[in-house]
Amino acid sequence: MDPARKRQLRLVTLLTVALLLAGALVYTSFSAATEQRTPSQVLAAGDDQTYDLGGTVVAGSVRREGDVLAFELRDPDGTAKLPVRYTGVVPDPFREGREVIVTGKLQDGTFVAEKDSLVTKCPSKFESDRETAGSGG
Amino acid sequence: MEYGLAVIVLLAVVAFFVTGPLRSAEREERAEQQLREELEAAKEAKYREIREAELDRRTGKLSEDDWRRIDRELRGEAIAILKRLDELG
Amino acid sequence: MAWLGSACLFAGLLTALYAAAASLWGARSGEWRWVASGRRAIFALAGLLAVAFAVLEAAYLRSDFSFALVAQNSSEATPAFYKLTAMWSSQEGSLLLWVFLLSLYASTVLLLVRRRLREIVPYAQAVLAVVAAFFLGLVVFAEPPFATLASPPADGNGLQPLLRHPAMMIHPPMLYLGYVGFSVPFAFAIGALASRRTGADWIQATRRFSLAAWSFLGFGIMLGALWSYTELGWGGYWAWDPVENAALMPWLVGTAFIHSVMIQEKRGMLRVWNVSLIIGTFVLSLLGTFLVRSGILDSIHAFGASTLGGPFLAFIVAVLAGSAALVVSRLGDLRSQARLDSLLSREAVFLANNLVLVGLCFVVFWGTFFPLISEAIGGEEASVGPPWFSRYTTPLALVLVALTGIGPVFAWRRATWASLRRALVPPLALTAVALAVMLALTPAAESVPSLVMFSLVAFVLGVVAQEYWRGVRARRVMAGEPWPVALVALVGRNRRRYGGYIVHAGIALALLGVAASSAFVEQRDARLVPGQSTTVGDYTITYREPIARVLDDRSGTGAPLTLGARLEVEKDGERFVVEPSRNYYGASRPDPQAPLRSFFDGEATSEVDVRWGLLRDFWIAAVPDLQTLEEPIREGDERFASLGSDVGGLLVAALAERFANTASPVTVRALVSPMVAWIWIGGLVAVLGAVIALWPAGRRPLGGVYAARVGRELREFARA
Repeated sequence: MDPARKRQLRLVTLLTVALLLAGALVYTSFSAATEQRTPSQVLAAGDDQTYDLGGTVVAGSVRREGDVLAFELRDPDGTAKLPVRYTGVVPDPFREGREVIVTGKLQDGTFVAEKDSLVTKCPSKFESDRETAGSGG
Repeated sequence: MEYGLAVIVLLAVVAFFVTGPLRSAEREERAEQQLREELEAAKEAKYREIREAELDRRTGKLSEDDWRRIDRELRGEAIAILKRLDELG
Repeated sequence: MAWLGSACLFAGLLTALYAAAASLWGARSGEWRWVASGRRAIFALAGLLAVAFAVLEAAYLRSDFSFALVAQNSSEATPAFYKLTAMWSSQEGSLLLWVFLLSLYASTVLLLVRRRLREIVPYAQAVLAVVAAFFLGLVVFAEPPFATLASPPADGNGLQPLLRHPAMMIHPPMLYLGYVGFSVPFAFAIGALASRRTGADWIQATRRFSLAAWSFLGFGIMLGALWSYTELGWGGYWAWDPVENAALMPWLVGTAFIHSVMIQEKRGMLRVWNVSLIIGTFVLSLLGTFLVRSGILDSIHAFGASTLGGPFLAFIVAVLAGSAALVVSRLGDLRSQARLDSLLSREAVFLANNLVLVGLCFVVFWGTFFPLISEAIGGEEASVGPPWFSRYTTPLALVLVALTGIGPVFAWRRATWASLRRALVPPLALTAVALAVMLALTPAAESVPSLVMFSLVAFVLGVVAQEYWRGVRARRVMAGEPWPVALVALVGRNRRRYGGYIVHAGIALALLGVAASSAFVEQRDARLVPGQSTTVGDYTITYREPIARVLDDRSGTGAPLTLGARLEVEKDGERFVVEPSRNYYGASRPDPQAPLRSFFDGEATSEVDVRWGLLRDFWIAAVPDLQTLEEPIREGDERFASLGSDVGGLLVAALAERFANTASPVTVRALVSPMVAWIWIGGLVAVLGAVIALWPAGRRPLGGVYAARVGRELREFARA
């Protein structure tokens, strides 16, 4: 085989392999992903699939019961509320009125969260209007 | 008020500075100087390549034959550069 | 003085626009004096921005609260170091830092390149000036740093507590030195394309800048990981968070770039690939800067929606589209003569390394932007977590380390089997020995990927050691120097190569730490009352007593209240004491009817206690359980809320004492992480190697005697 053909063959093989790997990557990402839902969406779905629940921590709802942190999340722009039970590390910025995301599933009307899955949105630093924190924290 | 004044003063200073080359009739005949600098840089780079090839041979990465071939090629390129430098005078 | 800062910025914007226009006019008309004028405009820009920067820093140091930024991010009580570094903790300040660094980098490269590269420099100047103008436009019109308050407050808000950590304050400038640094090779690449001088000149002129930018960015990423490990309460250093990934992506592509340009310098190949890589690196740097401040992806760092998202995105798209169009239009000039001679060559190894790095970047990119992608495709926003990232990055990282090992052993163009065999046997033997030792003496076999990584790291270190040994031996044969002198001379005369080897060794060590600590970490979460014990790994932890400190912040961040635990840790008879705690800073807007409640619900940070070790770290964080204080807090608020903040301070102190004197429970998280220290050690070694590789050769040209000899020989050869 002359060198030019060999090079062409190498290039084609490489591209095919790369495409196959990329395809595998893309495919598995969809099955490995968790969807993000708001409390009202989770309540509406009513199933036991794992979701990333995103919402605002309801003022006055945060309680510690031993290892478990219990609180309520409501829709960022709505009123639907969902009680959450969470174990694990609580990020420092967590407090009432902050937007958080926690992974878990609905069980008997309560959202049971996976350990260490709580993530808070830090509203300081680069927010444009920081001190209008009446709604937030 | 002070802001506007400051802007004007700053722009004036900057304008004076940046129009320097435009005001002094700088001769375009820097071309030769520039070419010489570039050839010198190319020569340096070529010498480094020659020495690196030598190092590769000493540390066993290049075989004698391969090194001889590459060394000859590089030296040829270096000679071409030296010739051009000589032409510049 | 704020008017002076604002004036400098506005004048700077006009200056940058002039610089771009003059440089382009000089390029078009061929009149160098216009280019020289544009060059001076860039120097002037650096001067103006330096003044603006100084004005802002001075305001911070003076605690001048008429400056809105100072009032928002600093306070009288803030320590001086954090006053200075608070400057870039805000959107406005960090953008100013970005463009200031850009002006410095641009001025430096223009000074160094002097009169060379005449065709390329005008366009490069224009590109740098346009980027500067964009950032200045943002600063002047959207996020002005010199806004003033009509009635300055008596004291400022202080720096956000999570940021009061040295690593966290050096982290942004390091990242920016990286992002901004890549604009220099980018500008010169565009210049090379525009002027059709697509040889290796633009690469050689900007080589040190590329390497410096890469080093700073890597160091900044490492600092971020270190901060996460020592400041946050979860005990990890990398979470595949979008903002972490945003800095990693340009670093990966940048690594590919600094390797593949060597192929163009040596053989003139891969011209299209190289310009594409640097365009990609720069666009990813802009993307990284943008991601952190747009809130477009949810993460622990998301800084909330801001007004900058639109312009930034538009700029990134414009840069990408414009650069791509330019590359396509110059494809003819980018064709190269040389071809890949053999798969057994250093070129082939570098190409493989490039493919792996770009592959890694693609994985990270896909995972990071998946929420947006899934929303666009399926309407639902979904995200992938760390397990997905690890699944794909781990095998790619293993391949990369393997390539790092075999790369130095291959010669350019074509390596012979004989030389490869000779070169690979010693490091492979070392690897085999290391593998045997690990299997026999350690539990490393429990995790196959880790075992493979450890073996590959041994391989890389073996190759590096061998290269040094062969080089020193060759030098001694040649010059008869004693061993240490030969080593210094070898490295001194071949900084790029031998510095690069040290970088490889450093990266290998860092990955060793990553593999060991990921696979073999042991963790325990427990809720303890005084006297209770728990175990983690071989350690026994006993909670002795609670700690409360008022206005006595041992971590130097000025926290008014510290609550924590004193615990005794014991392992094999060795004992030590740890005191993890939590700092309470109070709320920025306390509820006037419940000041105590607000205080305890306000800003708080974890103060982790870490026992560093070469073999393993003992890491522990504690969250005090405030349940026993609930009643007193409520009572205190009811009775004393109206009496003002001084009384509030006394109450907090009283509550602290109560915490210390009762059997207050704490929830601890303890980790035993093997070999984490090697991540930081490896990173420092890599930086050292990069510094060596970067170090300028000095004014003195290449060994005068040597050059004369070669010159003489060449002339004789030519005459013959």
